[in-house]
Amino acid sequence: MKVLIPIKRVPDTDQKIQVKPDGSGIVTDGLPFVINPFDAIAVEEALRIREKSTDTVEVLAASIGPEVCEQQLRTALAMGADNATLIQCDASLDPWNVACVLRAFAGRYQPDLILMGKQGVDDDLSQTGQMLAALLDWPQATFASKIEFLGSGLRVTRETDAGLEIVRVTLPAVVTADLRLNEPRYASMTSIMKARKKTIERITTTELGVTIEPRLQLLGLEAVPSRRKSVRVGSLDELLVKLRAEEKLL
Amino acid sequence: MRALIICEHDGKGIRLGSRSAVAFANAVAEETRGSIECVLLGHSLAAVTQDASTYAPVLVADHPALENPVADRYAKVIADVVRQRGYDLVVAAATTFAKDILPRAAGLLGGAMASEVIGHEFRDGRLCFRRPLFAGAVVATVALNAKPQIVTIRPSAYPAASARPERCGVTSFAVDEAALPKKTEFEVLQSKLSNRPDVTEARIVVSGGRGIKNSEDFERLVGGLADRLHAATGSSRALVDAGITPNAFQVGQTGKVVAPDLYIALGISGAVQHLAGMKNSKTVVAINSDPEAPIFEVADYGLVGDVYELVPQWIARLNGK
Ligand SMILES: Cc1cc2nc3c(=O)[nH]c(=O)nc-3n(C[C@H](O)[C@H](O)[C@H](O)COP(=O)(O)OP(=O)(O)OC[C@H]3O[C@@H](n4cnc5c(N)ncnc54)[C@H](O)[C@@H]3O)c2cc1C
Ligand SMILES: Nc1ncnc2c1ncn2[C@@H]1O[C@H](COP(=O)(O)O)[C@@H](O)[C@H]1O
Repeated sequence: MKVLIPIKRVPDTDQKIQVKPDGSGIVTDGLPFVINPFDAIAVEEALRIREKSTDTVEVLAASIGPEVCEQQLRTALAMGADNATLIQCDASLDPWNVACVLRAFAGRYQPDLILMGKQGVDDDLSQTGQMLAALLDWPQATFASKIEFLGSGLRVTRETDAGLEIVRVTLPAVVTADLRLNEPRYASMTSIMKARKKTIERITTTELGVTIEPRLQLLGLEAVPSRRKSVRVGSLDELLVKLRAEEKLL
Repeated sequence: MRALIICEHDGKGIRLGSRSAVAFANAVAEETRGSIECVLLGHSLAAVTQDASTYAPVLVADHPALENPVADRYAKVIADVVRQRGYDLVVAAATTFAKDILPRAAGLLGGAMASEVIGHEFRDGRLCFRRPLFAGAVVATVALNAKPQIVTIRPSAYPAASARPERCGVTSFAVDEAALPKKTEFEVLQSKLSNRPDVTEARIVVSGGRGIKNSEDFERLVGGLADRLHAATGSSRALVDAGITPNAFQVGQTGKVVAPDLYIALGISGAVQHLAGMKNSKTVVAINSDPEAPIFEVADYGLVGDVYELVPQWIARLNGK
């Protein structure tokens, strides 16, 4: 079985994001980047599937973007992915573009399962997996917190606003990982060293026959200032007076 | 513009968030001299249809094969409706229902989609959307380059539409069962029934964080205060991960986004991912034992202290003691 993990490079979530003065983007100088946390969860799940399976399971990590995405692919290799492919593209990408590229790539690689993040923590769009599933005409199970293998498909527990929902999907399928699917492992020093020596395959979006035409166009960014009173109250009674008298609440 | 609203429902009526989607569509339709319609998908939709028709003209796709919201089927029906009837704009409230189904419909319809829209404007006649990035630290203005334009809106950004004086028309949409995808089978929904309001719909939300040690304490402190205030209960991710609260309680970047009149954070540190889900609340109160906790920076009223002492006192005051 072959599992494909699409990986997005995103700014470290602990960092303060600054907008460029002209609003055209964010300041990336000195900003550390990481593997999208949900994609790390997807990698971890694929590794667990491989560890538990009696069949051979191949885990391939793929990232679409500029050369620097190699760092996040190395992280996936260090965690234990078998192989990695960098799909080179310097244009800025929206979910539609990523889904089109992944569809073309899946056409070549023929994975049985595409396991990806439920959202990128940079733009919080949460679209790519669902668009990809539509383009491939595969079933989807989004926001997965548990994946079980049945004879010919998967039984997936999904986190929804209404509670936990269980669906069965046939393979091939697209599954997107939620936070509680697992706790990703840290790579050991030896596996980091080994991952450094691995060859990362390269292919361009042009070679895959995909032209990048943005559907979601960015016009500008603004930082959001906080506008809070930030009053420290000394006691519960003082708090209740403020809420009643000043805010007309309670 | 001709707008289609995908209405989410509970089998009885449409969800409050969908009424916000109607309000957004109404605004765009007014600004462009367009029109709106809404579509209902499901089975046995008589009551929901009644309710929906008080807000907009309704299309009903009622079929046993649509009993449960399975993404591949629902997206297919939505795409069919849009192709046959020709809409410029497709909109729904940003809930897990819509986040699952709309991007898939967008994949079938050309891929122009903006998620979690919090505002819109026209620039040189072009519809532009505002949406948060980076856990709400930044707001982007975006435009969509294909038709139909598909958006999910944050209900907190658009006050729910009110009922029209007269009922609107109802049209049924024929579902071709043979053409529906059959690769997904719905097994079960394990919903935790709660007698408290939904966090996204309540006027007051009381939320607990790691400062609350276990389920009993959560129920007694967070639940106890919430009940006195007729509020909903929420929590940080920490408590969901610890199994103390169900996942539907999680407020934040990767959980639910709320903007009630009053948000009370009890023993929550204020990580950016949590703030992303509550910082647009009108008034924020925080109780935390650590005077340096970042939650105080986004709180209107901060009280340094132990929730185990202060919350029982607060409940006692509300009980009239
Ligand atoms: C990809 C990603 C997505 C995430 N998404 C979310 C999300 O959607 N929502 C979310 O909430 N988090 C999310 N997080 C997690 C987030 O980063 C924080 O870890 C989490 O919000 C912390 O929860 P907490 O404030 O309850 O716990 P802590 O950070 O441990 O804070 C507990 C607080 O309680 C106080 N306290 C302890 N005892 C008491 C007492 N007796 N009385 C009063 N105060 C007390 C402490 O001073 C402390 O400030 C996400 C993280 C990642 C990486
Ligand atoms: N440039 C990219 N390369 C590879 N995978 C991506 C890329 N962008 C998005 N993805 C995948 O799509 C998921 C959801 O992203 P999004 O729809 O942007 O929120 C991510 O978690 C990744 O698995």
